[in-house]
Amino acid sequence: MTAGDKSAGNGHTGRKPSSRRRATATERTAVTATSRTTDTAASARTAPDPANLLRQMMRIRRFEEKCAELYSDTKIRGFLHLCIGEEATAVGLMSALTSGDAVVSTYREHGHALARGVPMNSVMAEMFGKVTGCSRGRGGSMHLFDATRRFYGGNAIVAGGLPVAVGLALADHMNARPNVTACIFGDGAMAEGEFHESANLAALWKLPVLFCCENNRYAMGTALAREHAQTDLATRAASYGMIAWAVDGMDVEAVAEATRRAVDEIRGGGGPCFLELRTYRFRAHSMYDPDRYREKSEIEQWKQSDPIPALAGRLQSRGALTDADVVRWAAEIEAEIKAAIAAAEEAGLEPVADLTRFVTSPQDSVGGPT
Amino acid sequence: MTKPTAAATAAAPATGVATEGLQTTYREALREAHRDALTRDPRVFLMGEDVGRYGGCFAVSLGLLEEFGPERIRDAPLSESGFTGAGIGAALGGMRPIVEIMTVNFSLLAMDQILNNAATLLHMSGGQLPVPLVVRMTTGAGRQLAAQHSHSLEGWYAHIPGLRVLAPATIEDARGMLWPALQDPDPVLIFEHSSLYNLTGTLPAGAAQVDIARAAVRRAGTDVTMITYGGSLGKVLTAAEALAEEGIQAEVIDLRVLRPLDDETILASVRSTHRVVIIDEAWRTGSLSAEIAARIAEQAFYDLDAPIERVCGAEVPTPYAKHLEDAALPQPADIVAAARRAVAPNE
Repeated sequence: MTAGDKSAGNGHTGRKPSSRRRATATERTAVTATSRTTDTAASARTAPDPANLLRQMMRIRRFEEKCAELYSDTKIRGFLHLCIGEEATAVGLMSALTSGDAVVSTYREHGHALARGVPMNSVMAEMFGKVTGCSRGRGGSMHLFDATRRFYGGNAIVAGGLPVAVGLALADHMNARPNVTACIFGDGAMAEGEFHESANLAALWKLPVLFCCENNRYAMGTALAREHAQTDLATRAASYGMIAWAVDGMDVEAVAEATRRAVDEIRGGGGPCFLELRTYRFRAHSMYDPDRYREKSEIEQWKQSDPIPALAGRLQSRGALTDADVVRWAAEIEAEIKAAIAAAEEAGLEPVADLTRFVTSPQDSVGGPT
Repeated sequence: MTKPTAAATAAAPATGVATEGLQTTYREALREAHRDALTRDPRVFLMGEDVGRYGGCFAVSLGLLEEFGPERIRDAPLSESGFTGAGIGAALGGMRPIVEIMTVNFSLLAMDQILNNAATLLHMSGGQLPVPLVVRMTTGAGRQLAAQHSHSLEGWYAHIPGLRVLAPATIEDARGMLWPALQDPDPVLIFEHSSLYNLTGTLPAGAAQVDIARAAVRRAGTDVTMITYGGSLGKVLTAAEALAEEGIQAEVIDLRVLRPLDDETILASVRSTHRVVIIDEAWRTGSLSAEIAARIAEQAFYDLDAPIERVCGAEVPTPYAKHLEDAALPQPADIVAAARRAVAPNE
């Protein structure tokens, strides 16, 4: 499937949603037509301001472009996985979650963290390995954490975060808390046993998990059709008895609406839902990746669906955006990034004397001998 | 006896006191520990394969489903990685899960969750995410269960920073380790040797909570230190009695805590006896027994009067036939022979 036909397969699969949510398609126009009048209760259930969605995507894009430069300057080391091209999934997903909801993410999570509200300064400082980083420099690019925002990382084992997400949802379920745990993973994770164990467990126990598959069509260098016998990922998820949608992941409004609908369904007690967000990364898998496994023409074709100009164009045609807005936001974002870099440069390092801190909790809390 | 933790003091009194002084089994002591924890703390729940309706593969949780209901005695599908990871997530979400993995062999399917999440999240998050999870599992050989159901892999887990690894070898520890393990803010693994469930004895007073930091001297002696844990403790005590008849007084240390190792208790004994035998059912190469021997060599080399002896499992996938399995495992006669060598290395 290519950029040109990627929306053709969009649709709803699996268990029928409740009559309250009878709408079947999440294809862009259908979604926007059905949503705006129905979701008004909580702020996260209201359709987000699309201009803000655009600004957030611009912010993530520019942040990551800067990270790539900083990597070349050796300010950032280790693995660095950019989500450039995939910003619509991060921004759309987070727009539909409340502060009580939990997020479990992958190693390609800068966008998720920023969209969730993790301060840019702490994310940038983490990239620099500084003590002011959101994981005190012990995590790096792949392990961004922010417990106060219920952002549970940053997991570098493909599918390794899924069982944890099920457990977070189990705790909410057992305490009758109305939270949803959004678990983000890629198409590669769906070949892992942990996906299937987690999907089964969440569906069996009707737990409030939103499985969010960012299908960017490559498990590192292995194309979708070379890794999956059944490439319709939503259909596979639906086999676990949960509602599963395939969504145009290059359309932030479609992602936001589909997430809002799924989260509503989950909060209604119907158990987990699954979103296949069909997206594409414009950059290589990581900074080490020579990107030999796909045609340049394919990348260029997908860039025609770049979520940022796509939304900007729609907003301008609706008269909801001016060039001046874009120029102003770009300047604000540049200033924010510049300040984050300066703060990261100036920040201190964790003392080497504290190397083994946080391996275990302070041991005075453990029952020892009298 | 241990100093109660703040949490324990604040919680309701232990329900297990009624069993103190009574004849019981290791299995019943474990069950009473669960009943006590489930009663004292509403955040505690048990999750694993066949822990509910079946009553637990080793009948540890028999009757708890009827008492506490299916939300808290939670039968899980056969997905070790899934439900162990779910235990980690539930712990992050404020619960105090006890995950039962049927046997250590199956825990290999959960190793990613135990190592990459449970043991790692606290550090990787810069201290934000402690994981107060307890994982229990059966370990060990001796019941003719052949190569895939007879491992002693607790030493692998003892390799991992961030975990506390416990091996209750007595009825008292079976009863008393669970509650303090649940009070630990970090993940605790409890290894129950399958040969111990029918162990019968009297539960001493104060067993509802024991320390989970120290090794214990199970038999005092002056001539040789014998270091062991779990299912081998009984064999070592038997060997010590045989040695006593020969005039060799063995001091027997039950490690109890495989990580972090209680160097102090080990070294104090070695400095007193100057001779060491380490008995471990696990394979010798790269093992916990090797780690203990290395620590003694590092810290008490000049106190030794003889080479360190080890009695370990033979380096073979555990065979089914009884005579072969017996030959693959440390036996009292092997332990006695090793102690004799340690006491009289030149004979």
